[in-house]
Amino acid sequence: MKTLKIARPRPTGGAAGFITVVVIGIALLLGLPSIFSTFGLLQMTVFAAMAIFALSQGFIWGFGGILCFGQSAFLGLGGYAYAVAALNMTDTTGAVALAILVPMVFAAGLGYFMFYGRISDAYIGVITLTVTIILFNLINSTSGDIYHIGAAPLGGFNGIPSVPPINIPGDPNDQLDPTGLWYAAMGALILCYIFLKWVLGTRFGRVVVAIRENETRSQLLGYDPRLYKLLTFVIGAGIAGLAGCLYTNWGAFISPTVFNLTMSAQVIIYVLVGGLGTLIGPILGAIAIQYLIVLAGGQHVIDPNLLLGVVLIAFVLLVPQGVVPVIRAGASRLLGSRRAPAAANMVTADALPHSSAQQEPGQ
Amino acid sequence: MDLTGLLGFNVLVGIGTLALITVGLGVIYGMMKIINLAHGEFMMLGAYATYVSTAHGINIWIAMLVISPLFVGLVGLVVERTLIRFLYGRMIDTMLATWGLSLGLIGLMTSIFGNDPRGVSTPLHSFAIGRYDASLYGIVIILAACASLIGLFAMLRMTRFGLIVRATMQNPNMAAALGVAPPRIYMATFALGAALAGLAGGVLAPISGVSPVMGAAFIAKAFITVLGGGAAIVTGTALASTIFGFINEIVSFKTTPVIGEVALLLAAVVMIRILPQGITGRFLRRSL
Amino acid sequence: MSVPLLEAQGVTMRFGGVSAVADVNFVLGEVELRCLIGPNGAGKSTFFKILTGQLRPTEGVIRFRGQDITGAHPHVIARLGVGIKTQVPNVFNGLTVREGIGIAAGRRKSLKRARQIVDETMELLQLTPIAGMPVGQLAHGQRQWVEIATVLAQEPDLILLDEPAAGMTHEEVLRTSELIRMINQKQALVVVEHDMQFIRMIAKTVTVFNRGRILIENTVDAVLADPEVRDVYLGKQTH
Repeated sequence: MKTLKIARPRPTGGAAGFITVVVIGIALLLGLPSIFSTFGLLQMTVFAAMAIFALSQGFIWGFGGILCFGQSAFLGLGGYAYAVAALNMTDTTGAVALAILVPMVFAAGLGYFMFYGRISDAYIGVITLTVTIILFNLINSTSGDIYHIGAAPLGGFNGIPSVPPINIPGDPNDQLDPTGLWYAAMGALILCYIFLKWVLGTRFGRVVVAIRENETRSQLLGYDPRLYKLLTFVIGAGIAGLAGCLYTNWGAFISPTVFNLTMSAQVIIYVLVGGLGTLIGPILGAIAIQYLIVLAGGQHVIDPNLLLGVVLIAFVLLVPQGVVPVIRAGASRLLGSRRAPAAANMVTADALPHSSAQQEPGQ
Repeated sequence: MDLTGLLGFNVLVGIGTLALITVGLGVIYGMMKIINLAHGEFMMLGAYATYVSTAHGINIWIAMLVISPLFVGLVGLVVERTLIRFLYGRMIDTMLATWGLSLGLIGLMTSIFGNDPRGVSTPLHSFAIGRYDASLYGIVIILAACASLIGLFAMLRMTRFGLIVRATMQNPNMAAALGVAPPRIYMATFALGAALAGLAGGVLAPISGVSPVMGAAFIAKAFITVLGGGAAIVTGTALASTIFGFINEIVSFKTTPVIGEVALLLAAVVMIRILPQGITGRFLRRSL
Repeated sequence: MSVPLLEAQGVTMRFGGVSAVADVNFVLGEVELRCLIGPNGAGKSTFFKILTGQLRPTEGVIRFRGQDITGAHPHVIARLGVGIKTQVPNVFNGLTVREGIGIAAGRRKSLKRARQIVDETMELLQLTPIAGMPVGQLAHGQRQWVEIATVLAQEPDLILLDEPAAGMTHEEVLRTSELIRMINQKQALVVVEHDMQFIRMIAKTVTVFNRGRILIENTVDAVLADPEVRDVYLGKQTH
């Protein structure tokens, strides 16, 4: 069985594309506070946080071939880890570190359980979905004073309010204001983008992509796919955790809704719309869809869920490779590139093992 | 003694509920290897069908047992023709598309009915098990679950249609060569699965309350029970529901319902790890 | 008495009630070239999959240079120095020829050495002109060679080829047979094949499978002249 067509894994369309993206990013980082009001800047900050979240999903899915339907589990774990730690510590630097590490540890355990257990790709989607629902159920039921970690009450469905914002490392009194938070979020986004581009250029990254291209051949060359997938999964979880930390900072608040199905669905939509198999795609997809939701929320004609659902269906049916690869292909053709355009190199991702595959006797 | 009786009864109701919400998803998965993430929303549509019918004075039994399945079965038919049939063989794509469908249906129903949960009153009341009161409605659920499974089994085993369905499941190309049109079978099967989901939604409406987002509570459990059950629709659903339902109820009894649900999900995740093809992937492989 | 490169003892593979492979014993020396032939359903592909670690035999032992590799993970077997070309080509469709071979060459080697191996291997298989093409866009024969190149770039001591000549034109088959003879100067090979002409071009010792067992093992001329082998291929029932 074939699945989504993924554009040839060219993370940034080459060095020129990469530099362009980084330069634009830095320009936005520095320039936006002068243009936007505080409210607008806060809006952009959550866009950036969700873009980081989308990067994590885009990395493990588009490059690692891991279909995770519960990436919101790591977003939430990061968010809660930050909130709990920040309420217990005076300096938030440790809290930020925990926001990244706690999801990674959890992902290591879950990943080991899944990848070393010969579970087929589709089931990984279901299991990760189930895990995020389990987390939702658990945290949702923690209202009441007995549920607290140190000085931080877990708050159940009410969530944890008044979470201290990030402070400059070493100076607990110098807390980030909205502009500072924007710098942190956008800076983190640029750094994550650079980091992932770097990872994909290492030997490790190339093997990860090779495993996604053909797991059997990779095995036959001596690579253990389970280990590579596990490491990819853990890296993705760390990045999602960072996004969760920023998300908590944005509202000074975290609640169990971060674990819900809508959050998991949204990040998948971000990646699908933006372009599976690219790095810039998930970022742009996240911003575009969030903007769409903001617009839709402001009017009362179309329900946001209905809009999201229609967008998802439309993209699966009509533009499964996402917007960025289509644009790249169009641009290549326009510019008359000698290299075969990305769209023409559409290759199907690994065929899913049929869940009831039987070995045939004979042969 | 009474407590055991009550617990036993609750366990049966729990198993029955789980079987009821799973069987529709199992039919679709067993036949077409499609994971329909809109299953919870099909149930939600069934619940709303019952709500709307009873609000217009229709007898609740007819609403639950006739109108809901028929309505959602029809919806299933339309969905299959307009969406699913373009995605056969593409498991991930169908998961994504049905997820989109799920969101869309939630949005649609929110637009029509608003967010507030509606109620459908329980048609039966409690009866006594010793010193404890148990809801008579639990018996309805158990009966509905049994009827679904037995009816499905009978259809597959004893009718010509069931034979065609089984043949297409095993070897669609061969069935086509013998004059069966697999696309029509898929259409019928998807509609049947949807109808069963609608039935479940209708039957559970008095208990769960009717709201656009009610499906989310069911989808994970139904899903994981289908995967735990394996390829055989009837036996798989029955076995997995029994095991997971049992765990759910016992743990709920000892702790809280939320923990009980978590226990069910955890048990299922562990089961899939041990038996990646589900229970009927290893045992009772040839059963229906 | 030196340890054989590859050894199978009492290997049996049962699927339900059927024995696809029954009590097979097999020995391969260093730098030896062996062909496995037999009619459809004879068990040679199943046996091949057992050798590569893709199947775990119901009974029996496989040893590589004395080390037990029965049912080992494919990546473990590959690391011991076994290169495998599968029946259905397993290549990296989305990567270029150079990138794909690079993955094979690069494991546990310095960047410089890896690049050297890639260049040499592409040169050997005359793939240098298409080094930058995505493998998914190549013709079938070229893909077969890319796969062989990928396997060679691993620098294995034993190469297992499952139907390397399948779907090739006559010229391509000739070239492949030259290639195999050349590889055999330094490396051992086990080739599963149907194409009798190809077998004649490359074979030295041939093992014939039938009904899951080894019918006969001898030089290629002796085997091809054997009346029992002919009967088996023509479908006459043998005990």
